[in-house]
Amino acid sequence: MKVRTHMSMLFHLDKCIGCHTCSIACKNLWTDRKGAEYMWWNNVETRPGAGYPTGWEDQDRFKGGWEYKDGHLDLRLHSRTQGLFRLFFNPALPSIDDYYDPYTFRYSDLFTSPEGEDQPTAVPVSMITGEVMTPTSGPNWDDDLGGSPLYAQNDPNLKGLDPEVRAQLSEIEGVVFQYLPRICNHCLNPGCVAACPTGAIYKRAEDGVVLVNENKCKAWRMCVAACPYKKVYYNWATGKSEKCILCFPRLETGQAPACAHSCVGRIRYMGVLLYDADRIPEAAMVPDDQLVESQLGIILDPFDPEVIAAAKAEGIDDGWIKAAQNSPIYKFVKVWRLAFPLHPEYRTLAMMFYVPPLSPVVSTLEKALRASQGKEGLVRLDIPETDLDFEVYESLERARMPVKYLANLFTAGNESLVVPALKKMLAVRILKRQESLEGGVTEKALRVLQDAGLTLEEAEAIYRLTTLPTLEERFVLPPYHREMAAEVWKDPLAHKGETGFGYIQPPLRGE
Amino acid sequence: MNWNTLLFGVFPYIALTLAVVVTAYRMAYRPFSVSAQSSQLLEQKRLFYGSIAMHWGLVLVLLGHLLALLIPKGLLLWNAVPLRLYLLEITGLGLGLWALVGTWVLLTRRLSVARVRAASTSMDYLVLVVILVSALSGVLTALLYRFGSYWFPAVMTPYLWSIFTLQPRPELIADLPFWTQLHVFNFWVFLAVFPFSRLVHIITVPLGYVLRPWQIVIWVRKLAR
Repeated sequence: MKVRTHMSMLFHLDKCIGCHTCSIACKNLWTDRKGAEYMWWNNVETRPGAGYPTGWEDQDRFKGGWEYKDGHLDLRLHSRTQGLFRLFFNPALPSIDDYYDPYTFRYSDLFTSPEGEDQPTAVPVSMITGEVMTPTSGPNWDDDLGGSPLYAQNDPNLKGLDPEVRAQLSEIEGVVFQYLPRICNHCLNPGCVAACPTGAIYKRAEDGVVLVNENKCKAWRMCVAACPYKKVYYNWATGKSEKCILCFPRLETGQAPACAHSCVGRIRYMGVLLYDADRIPEAAMVPDDQLVESQLGIILDPFDPEVIAAAKAEGIDDGWIKAAQNSPIYKFVKVWRLAFPLHPEYRTLAMMFYVPPLSPVVSTLEKALRASQGKEGLVRLDIPETDLDFEVYESLERARMPVKYLANLFTAGNESLVVPALKKMLAVRILKRQESLEGGVTEKALRVLQDAGLTLEEAEAIYRLTTLPTLEERFVLPPYHREMAAEVWKDPLAHKGETGFGYIQPPLRGE
Repeated sequence: MNWNTLLFGVFPYIALTLAVVVTAYRMAYRPFSVSAQSSQLLEQKRLFYGSIAMHWGLVLVLLGHLLALLIPKGLLLWNAVPLRLYLLEITGLGLGLWALVGTWVLLTRRLSVARVRAASTSMDYLVLVVILVSALSGVLTALLYRFGSYWFPAVMTPYLWSIFTLQPRPELIADLPFWTQLHVFNFWVFLAVFPFSRLVHIITVPLGYVLRPWQIVIWVRKLAR
């Protein structure tokens, strides 16, 4: 057992309102630079939808992630030798049009245009060429366009859905969508690291952050293609790859990443996970439907004395072990089994986790009822208000966001993992609603809890951490002890003022 | 000192010194500036035709030159049979033409695609022009003064060795035709431009990739010790 620590983020999708505040915080902090205009280290997608870059999940085209075949785990992109032969041209690389042509508006026109009859307008201009252009795509171009034939219906996660259910998703009044905020997943078995011919990308053992060494990067750009999440970006101005750094300068100074800190819906949690680095290969080499289980298998119990002893033997300090014990991520992922990695079938062992969202059930029940009665117009379920919750619970599988769709996103298509998580979340909701309606815990609510596999204490804890957490409960950040790592720099004073992502020298192209 | 000595006896040393010293400095102290500066993100289709042709054409032709430099006798022995000579010359000419076309494609691409032009510096154009001159003068030499692989060991191999062994004999170049002289001079220009341009990426070809493990994990704190 080789215990290592990992900083993980958790996205509670049931709370995400799709406001893009996270994206803006990240953009302002890190990618508001020349060559990085098109990059969104954090982006929010509407699902079902095409995402950003458009169609990133189509691995037949972009060749991201790993392939498990005949007992071998290989990069889908290339073997090592193939990689060298594709240095001059990499066919799987997305082009700028797969993202979008970044644009701004020529605001100066508002002041400098000659006097005339009309109000002057600021024309859009490309941030690459500076020429006047008409924007035709953007990082959230299909925002809220659930059901659109151009975007939503091209979502690869809709495969395997009942054709009838699929058709319903795009019906008027039947349209449904959710939001999917995405950052780099800081994987345990990252494709970008493996694909880099120079070896410029690495994973930090201390906290699992995957970083590009900008001094080593030589623009072979294999990482861009090999990342199945398309979360490594190529800066066309500096000729270097860049990616989400999990705001490590913030983490090291005890602050949550900017995206998490700015989150309006407070959907994001940060915490430490302990994992067994020795078992990474075996966790990535199991059939698709077992991938989530095998990944959770190498996440270790921070209360287990054996684990604690092994962690200390690896030089992990008490502060980190304590943070792992208080980690909200550990609770959601391992204890309550409410959260899953995004697309485990890419086999990179993504370490950011998602709690799948609940969606309306009654409307689909009423719709089915209407169809069975052959009626037009409004048909209501003939159930007393007090029983409605329980009816919904029984019919959870028919929620408007198809369970199969969620399973395709989070469990490699394994519905048997998603359903229990949704049941637990709904059971907690029923418990709390009964409390406010009936003035206390009801027999019926307890039966639902039992069915969902929750004790009253667990349900209460889930409720508290979901709806009422304080800042310190959402972000359980360990002490980084940067003072102990100060010796990394030869002369700390020479580097004073350089924490953060800046250029030690001006980024002149091809100087 | 006449022009011939200046261009083929003195300038090579300036170029070589720049190539070695500035490259070493840049690799050690300005590593952030070392990059292949790929523009594939901005334009793909024309790059596909241009980049593959230019790179592979040049790499293989340069390997041919290197062989002639290192084993001139072997080359002469190979050429002893006419059929083998023709085979070698046709292959070399073909690769040279491939590189020439590729470079032309890249140069026109850089000039005509707005996005690529926006990302270009004057050094990017200079590099392409130098390579274009190299490929063009090389192809012309091969076409007009047959057979290069036959006279290279007799003229160029001694000349290059004379430079490398610090006993320059620029007079060997004096009587060569214009296109060949241009080809030789342009090579020294290439070396002089090398450390100041994106060309430095040539020495960073990541052959070590074949041997390294897939994953790289670094302990920041242990590095310090």
